[in-house]
Amino acid sequence: MAERYEIRFSGAGGQGLITAGIILAEAAAIIEGKSALQSQSYGPEARGGASKSEVIISDGPIDYPKATIVDACLAMTQEAADKYANGIKKGGLLLLDDDFVKTEPEGDFTIYRLPIMRMAKEDIGREIVANVIALAAVIGMTGVVSKEAGEEAVVRRVPPAFKELNQKAFALGYEKGKALLN
Amino acid sequence: MAKKTALVQGNQACAAGAIYAGCTFFGGYPITPSTEVAEEMSELLPTVGGKFIQMEDEIGAMASVIGASLTGAKALTATSGPGVSLKQELIGYACIAETPCVIINVMRGGPSTGMPTGPGQSDVMQARWGTHGDHAAIALVPESIQEIFTETVRAFNLAEKYRMPVQVLFDEIVGHMRERIVYPEPGELELIDRDPVTVSPEDYKPYDSTKGLVPPLASFGSEYKYHVTGLNKADDGFPTTKASLVDAEERRQIDKVECPEARADIESNEEFMTEDAEVILWAYGSSARSARYAVNELRKEGIKAGLFRPITLWPFPEKRTAELANQAKAIIVPEMNLGQMIHEVERVALGNCAIEGVFRVDGDPLNPGQIIDKVKEVI
Repeated sequence: MAERYEIRFSGAGGQGLITAGIILAEAAAIIEGKSALQSQSYGPEARGGASKSEVIISDGPIDYPKATIVDACLAMTQEAADKYANGIKKGGLLLLDDDFVKTEPEGDFTIYRLPIMRMAKEDIGREIVANVIALAAVIGMTGVVSKEAGEEAVVRRVPPAFKELNQKAFALGYEKGKALLN
Repeated sequence: MAKKTALVQGNQACAAGAIYAGCTFFGGYPITPSTEVAEEMSELLPTVGGKFIQMEDEIGAMASVIGASLTGAKALTATSGPGVSLKQELIGYACIAETPCVIINVMRGGPSTGMPTGPGQSDVMQARWGTHGDHAAIALVPESIQEIFTETVRAFNLAEKYRMPVQVLFDEIVGHMRERIVYPEPGELELIDRDPVTVSPEDYKPYDSTKGLVPPLASFGSEYKYHVTGLNKADDGFPTTKASLVDAEERRQIDKVECPEARADIESNEEFMTEDAEVILWAYGSSARSARYAVNELRKEGIKAGLFRPITLWPFPEKRTAELANQAKAIIVPEMNLGQMIHEVERVALGNCAIEGVFRVDGDPLNPGQIIDKVKEVI
């Protein structure tokens, strides 16, 4: 793995993208024993507005706590794509929600699309798991942590009653994410 | 057995450190970006027999902390710059009444309400001179989640040992970001309690400094009865205007922190690649993380850069800063304000090297590129 790998999750406040970042950082730092740092920036609104969460994963100590050149970025809404889909490295990847981002950001990176919110609603039956689908898709596409570590971190974070629902969401996101690269 | 680890926010690590240090009282008033410290304390304190009170305002919160401390508790409050502004009168009271307590300031910008969800480092001079009158100050500036834990513990130790308020300042970035913490085992970190009173209740004087610069503090409400006031006072705690007493007390309360022995005990710094450095980055808190990143990048290009990072900001690390000013061609001071600590660096450098600042106040952290550009401009 590269010395420093940077992932940014962005979307609307309340979509659970800060949680997605926390889960990824736990998978890396606690389960896989790497260095990981999760940070976020958000506006004063409790819901709505563009929000982002960044995770830096490294084999060594992490000094600067914010993203420098993003390896992989997720944008769940048009506002998030406009505001946060920048600073992506040459050859990096950008995953967009197919239904909610119409205007693609321009840059020297590869754009992939998945109907994440629709998958959550129609395939899993609960919009609330969209963040887990998105997280799993990003793990499937980047391999930044193992599938097992990612799933374990999700299970540790959710109440037992929602374990299966989230495992189902994770499996779906991981599979669809991986399939995008083929 | 492996030590317990977790991925936690800086604010959570702060609360955990306070509990480890033996804190049994929190009085506060919620304010972004410090609120998680209060939240955590409200959950943790009942489990250790402590008390949590959300007070009616910031001033009341500070008053409750002073009151709790006088009864013998290790007491904490957490706030942000606007809250520290409101607490100033009582911080001064804690200084003159010599009441141990810890004040956490998770810094955002300012003045006034500023940008509540953005980071800043613009309260560092407030931590030194926020309350009026001559007084000593101790302020600690951790840069990581692990260090927030250990420095919160150290803040309690210093508050108890020197019988005064101690401030711990970190910014929104470190307060809200998450990293792995390895929780120290019980007994692993030193814990200091205030000196016990050794005289009888009849002979007790709360400011009797004949045996040392820090008089022992009896617990209010015990058989030891004494008077507490914000007025200049004699050793028995009662107000005085006698010139020689006022002068001696004012000086003692500063000497107890600024005498060479106390400075050596309180000061704490980290140095990274300073040995042969021609350019020193003098940085604290999250800006030091950007500076360390910059040092690594600059070294790859053959530029002899190094980092000096005060962990104790006040008392100011005068001796080592002066030495580095003699060694280096330039000192660069990156701060998330428009230039505060740079004035102290200039004061002790005595013109022995070039001094430049890199400042940022737009709500984004100082990035390493800005620092690197400044270094290249200066050398």
